[in-house]
Amino acid sequence: MAFNHKHILGIEQLSAEDITLILDTAESFKEISLRPIKKVPTLRGKTVINVFFEASTRTRTSFEIAGKRLSADTVNISASTSAVVKGETLEDTARNLEAMKPDIIVMRHSCSGAPHYLAERCDFSVINAGDGAHEHPSQALLDLLTMRQAKGRIDGLIVAIIGDITHSRVARSNVYALVKLGAEVRLCGPGTMLPPGIERLGAKVFNSVDDAVTGADVVMTLRIQQERQGKTMLPSLREYAMFYGINPERLKLAKPDAIVMHPGPMNRGVEISSVVADGPQNVILDQVENGVAVRMALLYLVSGGDKLDQSAQ
Amino acid sequence: MGKSETIILDEAAISRALTRIAHEILEHNHGTENVVLVGIRTGGDHLALYLQKRLQDIEGVTIPLGTVDITMYRDDLASRGSLPVGKTDIPFPLDGKRIILVDDVLYTGRTIRAAMDALMDIGRPRNIQLAVLIDRGHRELPIRPDFVGRNVPTAASEQVMVHFDDKQLPVEVVLSKP
Repeated sequence: MAFNHKHILGIEQLSAEDITLILDTAESFKEISLRPIKKVPTLRGKTVINVFFEASTRTRTSFEIAGKRLSADTVNISASTSAVVKGETLEDTARNLEAMKPDIIVMRHSCSGAPHYLAERCDFSVINAGDGAHEHPSQALLDLLTMRQAKGRIDGLIVAIIGDITHSRVARSNVYALVKLGAEVRLCGPGTMLPPGIERLGAKVFNSVDDAVTGADVVMTLRIQQERQGKTMLPSLREYAMFYGINPERLKLAKPDAIVMHPGPMNRGVEISSVVADGPQNVILDQVENGVAVRMALLYLVSGGDKLDQSAQ
Repeated sequence: MGKSETIILDEAAISRALTRIAHEILEHNHGTENVVLVGIRTGGDHLALYLQKRLQDIEGVTIPLGTVDITMYRDDLASRGSLPVGKTDIPFPLDGKRIILVDDVLYTGRTIRAAMDALMDIGRPRNIQLAVLIDRGHRELPIRPDFVGRNVPTAASEQVMVHFDDKQLPVEVVLSKP
């Protein structure tokens, strides 16, 4: 089947078949990163601009390497070095970038919906690399690829996502993707960090972490985003670690072969103990490795050329 | 008016052609030393597996077998849209090897160009030889096969398809006219 999306704005707009195609394509690209010469000519002559209005090391580097391994020309712009600090609006920034004829813009922005705003107004393809607390599609896709590799399937898996669900675009994208592919998603976190109505996305909400983790195939713990929340949500990090942190005792409640995931960067001793983070069940670095392959797949699939229906998304 | 289809090679004829190609490969390379088979997805990979079995029957040696997917090396990405990318699986080093590149139907030569680029990115083979079941002509690049099952003169509007059964064994070659 053909991939018919010009933009990757979120998992919400993708079908189960689209997600499977992206994962299959990523599997094929993984091998390139293991070669002595890590480059194929697939996107030769395409220009990819990574525009990051928010700090990022992992995602930006991963997108940059993905583009380079496919022979695209990649350029990075971060907010601190751009005209944004001089007061330029998002639309003006986009218009100026558009005038340089890029093929793909990979964008991270602190405002939910910012990539959608650009996609509606500009010619290039837009890949959302995280918009506010909304979606982070490439992270969810690399998480699914990691789960599929470890477990052989997504359908029927029990996935417990623990932490600050309210602020987590990773959680939201994962819920969309996992529900579409037939997994059972359990969400758990402090009451202040669970958005009301989240169960409408198809996830189950748990009050007790121990209940959420019991029998899980995958335990995903989220970063406490100290930059996004004031002091009002948590009494203290120590209390959080005690009640919601994933430690060896809590992990024993999950299936014996359960895997532990974290989207990074980790706060060791807060949402995850060092013993678990470095333990045999962690697949955290597999997630990072798969990130490059998934981003290669996304860059490749949205580059499908002029045949794509502009109204597809 | 439907399409008219002619079977140009049946199962026995395909088998004889591939057996002859197996003998020619051995003769040309003076045996199997450093010889490896690489099939092009999809079709060529099945034929490469078949040739591997034939060479095993004749020489008693299992020749290393790999597959290459050329989607990432296509020259028509912009006009065709993003096709699914299959896996390239070459489980041995290519440096110094005599590669027998296997495809089902040789036509414009563009697939072979892409496959050669893909192989050169993986290693530095001693040489690359081309084995095809059908050569239907209409080359657009200076590429010629070393081993051919059957030369079939065709019109550009016609199609040549090699059909495989569910065990990936070749059963017939069909020429269809529009």
